[in-house]
Amino acid sequence: MAPPAQSQRSSSPSQPSGKGEVSDLKSQLRQLAGSRAPGADDSKRELFKKVISYMTIGIDVSSVFGEMVMCSATSDIVLKKMCYLYVGNYAKGNPDLALLTINFLQRDCKDEDPMIRGLALRSLCSLRVANLVEYLVGPLGSGLKDSNSYVRTVAVIGVLKLYHISASTCVDADFPATLKHLMLNDSDTQVVANCLSALQEIWSSGTTTSEEASRERETLLSKPVVYYFLNRIKEFSEWAQCIVLELAAKYVPSDNSEIFDIMNLLEDRLQHANGAVVLATIKVFLHLTLSMTDVHQQVYERIKAPLLTLVSSGSPEQSYAVLSHLHLLVMRAPFIFSSDYKHFYCQYNEPSYVKKLKLEMLTAVANESNTYEIVTELCEYAANVDIPIARESIRAVGKIALQQYDVNAIVDRLLQFLEMEKDYVTAEALVLVKDLLRKYPQWSHDCIAVVGNISSKNVQEPKAKAALIWMLGEYSQDMQDAPYILESLIENWDDEHSAEVRLHLLTAVMKCFFKRPPETQRALGAALAAGLADFHQDVHDRALFYYRLLQYNVTVAERVVNPPKQAVSVFADTQSSEIKDRIFDEFNSLSVVYQKPSYMFTDKEHRGPFEFSDELGNLSIGAESSDTVVPGHRVEANDKDLLLSTAEKEETRGPINNGVYSAPSYDSSLVSLSASQSQPDVAISSPTIPGHAPQSSLAIDDLLGLGVPAAAAPVPSPPPLKLNSKAVLDPSTFQQKWRQLPISLSQEYTVSPQGVGALTTPQALLRHMQTHSIHCIASGGQSPNFKFFFFAQKAEESSSFLIECIINTSSAKAQTKIKADDQSASQAFSSLFQTALSKFGVL
Amino acid sequence: MISQFFVLSQRGDNIVFRDYRGDVQKGTAEIFFRKVKFWKEDGQEEAPPVFNVDGVNYFHVKIVGLLFVATTRVNVSPSLVLELLQRIARVIKDYLGILNEDSIRKNFVLVYELLDEVMDFGYVQTTSTEMLKSYVFNEPIVVDATHLSPLGPAGLFMQGTKRMPGTAVTKSVVANEPGGRRREEIFVDIIEKISITFSSSGYILTSEIDGTIQMKSYLTGNPEIRLALNEDLSIGRDYRSSFGSGAVVLDDCNFHESVRLDNFDVDRTLTLVPPDGEFPVMNYRMTQEFKPPFRINALIEEAGALKAEVILKVYAEFPSSITANTIAVQMPLPKYTMRASFELEPGAVGQTTDFKQANKRLEWNLKKIVGGSEHTLRARLTFSQESHGNITKESGPVSMTFTIPMYNSSKLQVKYLQIAKKSGTYNPYRWVRYVTLSNSYVARM
Repeated sequence: MAPPAQSQRSSSPSQPSGKGEVSDLKSQLRQLAGSRAPGADDSKRELFKKVISYMTIGIDVSSVFGEMVMCSATSDIVLKKMCYLYVGNYAKGNPDLALLTINFLQRDCKDEDPMIRGLALRSLCSLRVANLVEYLVGPLGSGLKDSNSYVRTVAVIGVLKLYHISASTCVDADFPATLKHLMLNDSDTQVVANCLSALQEIWSSGTTTSEEASRERETLLSKPVVYYFLNRIKEFSEWAQCIVLELAAKYVPSDNSEIFDIMNLLEDRLQHANGAVVLATIKVFLHLTLSMTDVHQQVYERIKAPLLTLVSSGSPEQSYAVLSHLHLLVMRAPFIFSSDYKHFYCQYNEPSYVKKLKLEMLTAVANESNTYEIVTELCEYAANVDIPIARESIRAVGKIALQQYDVNAIVDRLLQFLEMEKDYVTAEALVLVKDLLRKYPQWSHDCIAVVGNISSKNVQEPKAKAALIWMLGEYSQDMQDAPYILESLIENWDDEHSAEVRLHLLTAVMKCFFKRPPETQRALGAALAAGLADFHQDVHDRALFYYRLLQYNVTVAERVVNPPKQAVSVFADTQSSEIKDRIFDEFNSLSVVYQKPSYMFTDKEHRGPFEFSDELGNLSIGAESSDTVVPGHRVEANDKDLLLSTAEKEETRGPINNGVYSAPSYDSSLVSLSASQSQPDVAISSPTIPGHAPQSSLAIDDLLGLGVPAAAAPVPSPPPLKLNSKAVLDPSTFQQKWRQLPISLSQEYTVSPQGVGALTTPQALLRHMQTHSIHCIASGGQSPNFKFFFFAQKAEESSSFLIECIINTSSAKAQTKIKADDQSASQAFSSLFQTALSKFGVL
Repeated sequence: MISQFFVLSQRGDNIVFRDYRGDVQKGTAEIFFRKVKFWKEDGQEEAPPVFNVDGVNYFHVKIVGLLFVATTRVNVSPSLVLELLQRIARVIKDYLGILNEDSIRKNFVLVYELLDEVMDFGYVQTTSTEMLKSYVFNEPIVVDATHLSPLGPAGLFMQGTKRMPGTAVTKSVVANEPGGRRREEIFVDIIEKISITFSSSGYILTSEIDGTIQMKSYLTGNPEIRLALNEDLSIGRDYRSSFGSGAVVLDDCNFHESVRLDNFDVDRTLTLVPPDGEFPVMNYRMTQEFKPPFRINALIEEAGALKAEVILKVYAEFPSSITANTIAVQMPLPKYTMRASFELEPGAVGQTTDFKQANKRLEWNLKKIVGGSEHTLRARLTFSQESHGNITKESGPVSMTFTIPMYNSSKLQVKYLQIAKKSGTYNPYRWVRYVTLSNSYVARM
């Protein structure tokens, strides 16, 4: 196992660096190897211990392999175990030496002591050496039939180990079938549980994507099998119960009475002291009742108390795991938890990762009746010694204010924050007051009175400073000394390190100038001069732009820089409801803790920094329309969820396509482009609802008055390109790719009058494109300028296409830029994209 | 399923390292330790118990200063893994008697024996101390308990009242007494953690008791045990109004899987065959009103230019037959506080005070507080600048930690502990012990 490089890894001077000690050990072991003298075993034990302890701290002791094997000819079980541990650790890296162990391991597999048999079999299967698999089959076969249950439990896991070394050997020996038989017939529950785990892993692994695998997966989820497990659930160990419950969560009952039977059977599992059992049970309850709204809500009520008990009974780490799940449920159904808000109050000694979750829950459950108390509590935290939490608390107050409950009182509190004269409190509060003003311009009088008293010298953080400057510009008519404050800020232009602040300063002084020209003129001149000399490109460009704009026409400049604004009604949510649904599907997994669906962290391709760049950040993230077109995608993780998607439970859906993550057996449902040349739109429309989707997309087209005959649309010639209707791409990956990839194609189109008309609601385009398997990741803009980012993925591989599309409705022009992982396919894709657009009236 | 399990010392050394699946690279221990140590540059935030680095998920729990860590690439149940890590620690403790770096280092071969059987290829096989007994062949090497800091709440009983034998909680389930025979005994501990927040006017804003009935059995032959709780005990918030004062009303509770509840609804008895080792029989949660053991009164007043006075009063509101141990009171002071001079009450014994410059905090430690008594601390503060506004808002809240042996606030009781008799002379030792601990005990200013 350990590559030689590991030998340099010793970390502290007190630990031996390797070489000398290891060779000492080697010679001592050699001396003892053949010794049958009394006490030899004790000396061996000491030496073995040394070897294992070196191994533990990372020193490479593989060079004593031969000696260890020689010494293992002993009846001393402690020695044997240490030797097994050693061999398991080094066999993979030393396949030749591993061969030496086969002999004695095989002999031990036939020992009369079942413990020795089990241990030897386990070690034999842990060697992880591909060319030794032939030696495994025999012992495994007899192990599975052993009269002792310990040996059988080991053998079952052994089969799984073999499968990972050589799947074909495992299948050829017909071991999966044997496991299936054992699973349904063995008297020992641990053997049964291991069979279930092993079969689940075998039938869902990448190497078994055949029809057989999916049939086997279905069998595991069939009523007799699931009932077999559920009926004896209490006989299983608590850990095995979790595996059974995980299986039950995927089971699809045929009718409601079955659902109630299962829930009644599992009811007492909610009282288990092991949080893992309780959460697995809750998952079963939640998934079973998804389609029964009333019962589903009752389940929430029922699981509240057990969850709260788990949160407060375990170690901080355990309670964090449970709290993350509670957090998810609270976010889904805040109203159910609104009377429990006191449970989400922070305790002073809790770690900050717990406090953060609690603050979010407090924010979510705030409603008319509890807002006063929650905000009072949050205000206590704002004065907290824990500064990050104090900041979060202030933000939480702001979020509650934006939710519109009792805004009056909250605005007062926020203003009190500003009077606390703590730098970070002031900074956070300023940002909030700015957001509040954008939503409730009617509060400007009260807010401005207080904000006006804040000395800009006390505000250092760029975000807060920018907020203050924005308010100075926006409300300069109400703030007596706004021009002078701005002027003094401009005087210190060179000391201002944040470009964001300087940009805001330029805009603010412009706005101020339009309202109070004589007082601001000097400051404006100074600002433009400083801006033009600025080394930062954006600042320089903005200054130049303003300058030219003013030169051209002051009235126009005012219309551009300071147009009348509408109050913001809702601030964009950062996570789409689709993603939230997917996390909910993955209840009782890491997805809940990370607040990301599993594809974002289990797949290499989706790793990377998760931050939004300004560009995408300013647009609304995620296609809101996706939910209406394809309700709640459920994409299963590639490795774990071998069993069928929960989405299948809902009868309203047709055959499910699991997108990139599904077994290719679903591909039959895709209609290939080449086979349907005459109806190109069928080929790229969503295969989720075959036969239905094309009609619906045509229906939309008709509604929009776009009588573009399908046949007239340019038909791309082969190679046929199929798009994945359930493609997934998270915004950060999108951005990363957008930055990295070159533009493969860039085109201009004319938008027909119908298209312009349809674009009064940009959502229409998103919906339309989605029926063509082209998904929107972000969109924004205001009439007449709209900007869309789309993406699509090939059906068979995860190769993506990224598209930027800018549409100007007043000039009736559209520009697109296409970037592609696979450049050679971009032309074909472009044709598909164009076809899709043309249906919308963009030609 | 789990790929690797390892235990790291506070310095980041591997004490135990077991690779179960070989699908995660070596060197994860170092990656993990660096990540935990430098989670946030400012060191202000702790690393969460679960995080992902380059596709590998790391789980950890901190126990007696050691880090118990598991890694996996798969999207597993975090609850399961964290619960498992905690359980592995408990099993190791059951075998070694004492859990700390020294005892694990001395017994690492035994620990490997345990780990071999607890998991196979990353799938949990058993965490039952009892079942593991038949697979463990190493004798534990017992480390000296006297100078070691005890583990967990049960360790409190070591210095507690005379009734309790000090060695009990540090005894291995496999090691024999020096005499060669095991003492037949069973420990039942009712441990309650209190969280309270008092408003500035002394009114209780929130209060909660989180309790555990913990059992540790050294009985041979696993006899059945009946544990009777208060007969008027009720569970569920619906009951709250229907009972008069005196009745114990729990919000909710859960039970160890060995517990049978056949008679629980009738006479509030729990029946169980206790497995070996330490385990929680029942966890419970109570938000019913109860009498807090301590009341705190804190005051800060300006006393001339750049000066202020703090008066802290603590009232012990429990019976005088009971004594609280190791009490610590802390209060954050305004950040421009330069100095603090303290004045203890006349004749104060076993009290110390301190002003922590770095985080501007006042600390007041009391060795003991006898029930019914009252203690006062006065502190004179000197400020480096004029306070603008309200100094009360810039100080506090006051927090308090304590331990009260033989006292529980919930009034939940073990009325009797019945052991199924094997013979007329069989009469094992039974220890039923109560302790109340502070969890978050806070008074706002």
